[in-house]
Order: sequence, then structure tokens, then C-alpha cells
Amino acid sequence: MSKPPMQNIQHLIPEFERWKQRYPSDFTGSLTLPCLRRIQEERGYIADSDIDELVAYLGVPRIQVDEVIAFYTQFTRVPLGHHHLQVCHNLSCSLRGAEGLVGYLCARLGIKPGETTADGKFTLSTVECLASCGTAPMMMVNDTYHENLTPAAVDALLEDLSR
Amino acid sequence: MSTPDTTAPAFPVLSGRKYFMNFPVTDSSHSLEAYRARGGYQSLQKALTGMQPADVTREVAASGLLGHGGAAFPAGRKWGVIKLTDGEPHYVCMNADEGEPGTFKDRWLLEHVPHLCIEGLILASYAIMGRHAFIYIRGEFDLPYRRLRDAIEEAYAAGLLGENILGTGYSLDIVLYRGAGSYVCGEASAMLASLEGKKGWPRNRPPRLTVKGLYQRPTVVNNVETLANIPAIVGEGGETFRKVGLPKSPGTQMISISGHLVRPGVYEIEYGYSWEKFIYEDCGGIPGGRALKCVIPGGVSTKILDANELKGRTLDHNSALAAGSQIGSGGMIVIAEGTCMVRVAQVIQRFYHHESCGQCTPCREGMGWMERILNRIVRGEGRLEDIDRLYHISNANDGTTICSLGDSAGYACSAILDHYRDEFEHFITQGRSMYDGNLTVEDPFAAVGAPA
Repeated sequence: MSKPPMQNIQHLIPEFERWKQRYPSDFTGSLTLPCLRRIQEERGYIADSDIDELVAYLGVPRIQVDEVIAFYTQFTRVPLGHHHLQVCHNLSCSLRGAEGLVGYLCARLGIKPGETTADGKFTLSTVECLASCGTAPMMMVNDTYHENLTPAAVDALLEDLSR
Repeated sequence: MSTPDTTAPAFPVLSGRKYFMNFPVTDSSHSLEAYRARGGYQSLQKALTGMQPADVTREVAASGLLGHGGAAFPAGRKWGVIKLTDGEPHYVCMNADEGEPGTFKDRWLLEHVPHLCIEGLILASYAIMGRHAFIYIRGEFDLPYRRLRDAIEEAYAAGLLGENILGTGYSLDIVLYRGAGSYVCGEASAMLASLEGKKGWPRNRPPRLTVKGLYQRPTVVNNVETLANIPAIVGEGGETFRKVGLPKSPGTQMISISGHLVRPGVYEIEYGYSWEKFIYEDCGGIPGGRALKCVIPGGVSTKILDANELKGRTLDHNSALAAGSQIGSGGMIVIAEGTCMVRVAQVIQRFYHHESCGQCTPCREGMGWMERILNRIVRGEGRLEDIDRLYHISNANDGTTICSLGDSAGYACSAILDHYRDEFEHFITQGRSMYDGNLTVEDPFAAVGAPA
């Protein structure tokens, strides 16, 4: 079987090759997580064809890539909303109002945790500790932490994100 | 959009020695220039020009430094296992996968003193003669990641990393590796599996990781705070460091404190500090004039201590052990009177169920089973035998799982049962909470309606 053409990840390969320079020489498999993260940054999720190409590029077993995507919560094989709201509902946040925050977001967005708004703008998730316990309640919107949340702060943020 | 800078306001200052929180935090105090102006990288210069690798390990052993990741293992002893002459590559991995609920101290170090962390990592790598080192940082961390990434590039550009560091002939590369969302990857063997590009499953010991670790080579895994102590130990000498704190808990502890508290945040305490003074005075006590109910001392995996058990106690390893708990990862959670402990147990158990990696049967099945029992009690459908069942399942986890996170996943719930059995019995027999299922003291969302 010939290698598939690298249509999806071709343009990322120079970046991946640059990363390799700081790794010990026989560590190619280690690049599985960083490469998947980079691919997901571009597309918003990981497609089957991305996996085919990454397996061919890294020379790792396909099951390793499949397992990694399934195991780590940050990888997704389906598209999410444009803004992914991840509310921490672990203990410290719950002691400072995380349950009310989740309820408020559900009411504002008209969705439940795990769902995406019909316009594809927002996905709401509940997650475990994000190491922001001293500034609870909080949520992560895509990569960014928003801390010490109040109804007014959430209103302002949603308005900002809806623009 | 960038993560808001958490530098302001200035951190609180407690009496006692400070190794980390000893400078005014500004927009640029994390830079190489600022770090050097505070004496940064002088310990590296000292070690690379005047000390053999084994000398560095000797100083760390003499300091009595205990690991700050949770297990409090002596750092010098861990490094001492590495055989410098075995001809194999050796690796150091900095564990920056901070994820134990209640713990956010490493985030402070990574954001505000990234160069101190890097200097510690270089010194540790030199001590075990490593050519490559790794920083495993949790995937959700954005600002800490960017601060570290920029600091590493600054260090390369300044000749502090890469080939021939400071012209001494020592060479080291650092790989900054991002996790992707997994609590168990904070466990050292799971972390190394993840660094190999696999799912993060822990593995049995022996062989220890210092014998066969990353890619089957001897590997030291140290917590961020542990490594951040190394520059001071090399700089002032192990014996001097040992005089700070208490003989069996040398140095300081970064404590992240949260929950029902007027001033939550990150504090650096010298071991031996009064526990009650810390909570009631330095952290401002509990809002709304409520009394203290209990404290989770070092992340949710450590056993809960009630207000009586804290009386007259100091903050150090021996004192916490004598009370039946641990300093753990320094993630303290304060809980006020009036909080429903059945709900607290439910929230904690949901977490363990969610994060069990699924490898060992007692943890994979047991954590979900316990959560379902707690959900049933909270719905008002509990049965009296549920209490014994919860004990039984959590005991079944102890010693039967590959990693120690499995052991402690059971302790958390059984310690709450030990202290607050009456609340569980009340919930089961009356079908409702003794405290209305309340978790909050001040809830900013209370006025806008109940959760869906």
C-alpha cells in the first residue's frame, strides 16, 4: 500500500520537523499528542483522514492514535461550537457557585451541558478541576480562563462573544 | 484573546522565610532580565563551574527537601538512585500537570517564576547527567504554557540551554510537552506513557521509574515546586536550607487555598506555621461569620480534618500525619458550617468516576458505583446499607490498584463518612439533606434562580 497523500497535514510537517530537533533521536512516537493538538487547532476537530495521514507520517500504530484521541478529554472527533464554554464544577468551584453558573448558562443559551446551540456558536461543557480554585466560579472559553464569574460578568462575556 | 493576567493584586506576605513569593510581581517580573536582576541563574553558574553532578545531588540530599507533588518523597534520595556511570541516557521530567482538585500553586510558579523552574530543571538534569529534559504541562494551561515557552526561548537565546551552556561544555535541551486533559497523567508513570505519545495508563513498579522510565531509560519525575527549590539549595547550601522550617519538614510550602474563605489564593508558608492563624487571620476566615466545619488539607485525595482536629496544629508533614491526613499537594479547601457533606462527597466522587483511567477493575467499576450510590442518596432514595456499601467499595480500592491515585480515590469518601456519618444517615432516613443540600456560603448566582 502506498502512503496516502498528505493533503491535510502537508503544510504542518515543517513545523513538526522543527519540534523533533529538541527531542532525543528515537522519540518520534512522542509527537502523537502535539501533532494532534496542532491539527485540531486548525480544523477544530480531528477527521478520519487526519488520522490516516498522521499514522503514515509518524509511523505509529493506528490504534495508538485512536486510543489517544479517545483517552484525552481535549481531543474531539466532531466539530464543537465556535466558543466552547467549559465550566469547572469540581469541589472548590461548587462551594462558590458553580452549580448556579451552570444553571445560568443553560438558561441563557437554551442548552444543557454537552450540547451546542442551534447556530453553532456555543458548546457548553462541565469539566473537572482547572486549577483555578481560588478565583471560583470560573470557566474556560476555548483557551482562555474567565474567573470570579458573576451574572453580570457572564452577560458581558456572552454579549462580547456573540458579536 | 489572551488570558487575563493574574499578577495583580500583590500576593499576601506572611512572616517566615520565602523562596518564591519574595519580590514585587509586575508585568515583567517573570522575564529573564528581571529574574537575573534578582540573582537568577547564579546557582546554575556555580554548579556548572564549581560542582560535580554528584555534588549537586549531595546538597539536595543534605537539604532534606521533600517532594511537593503529594507523596513528600525525599528528592535527594530519588536522584541518588540514578547510576551516573551506566552509560544510558537519563531524563528529568518536570511534573506540571497540576490537576489535584484544590491545587493551583504550581500555576503561580509557572506564571510568575518560570525561569526559577527552568533553572531548577537544568540543575536536576546536570545532577543526573541528562542531555534532554521534559516539562509536562497540563493541556488546559494557557498563560503558564506561554510564559514557560517564552522563558525557554529566552534561555536558549542567552546560552542557558542548548549546546555548551555558559561555555562549560554541558549541553541540555528542554522539551515543553502539553497534556490533553487527563487527571491520571499527573501520576508519574502515566505521565511518561503520555510523553511517549500514548494514552496515560500508569504501570506497576518495580522496576522504579528511576531504573526504567521514559523509553525504558532511568527517569526522575519531580513536581514544579520541588524543582523550583533547587536553585536556592545549590546557592545557599543544603545545610543552610535545612535550618528553614522544621527538621522533618525543611523549607517552605506553597499552599493554594480555596472554598469558603474571605481571601483565597496562593500563599507561601514556612513549615511550622500555625494552621488556625493561617486560616482565620491570613486568609481572613470564613465569610458571613460562619464557623469552620472542616478542611481538606492537601487536595481532595487527602483525608478531611474537622475544626477540632486543627486546633493548635502546625502546618507541616508530621503534624498533618499525626492528625491522620497529609500536606499532599498543598491544595487546601475550606468548608463552612452549614455545608451538606453528602453533596460534597457526591461532587468528589463524580470527579473520581470521571477521571478513573479504566485500567484497574476496583477503580473503574468502584468509582462509578460509589457515585451512583451517592446520587441515589441525594435523590432521597438511599438505603441504610448504602453506608456500609460505600465503605466496602472504597476499602476495596486500597492497595488493589496499580497507581496510588486509586488508593486515595477511596479515602476521600470514607474520611467524610468517618466524620459525618450522621448526615448520611439523616439523608437516607429522612429522604432529605440535613443542610438543604447546600454547598455555598456566598453564591453570586443565587438570586438568578436554581440550577436546571
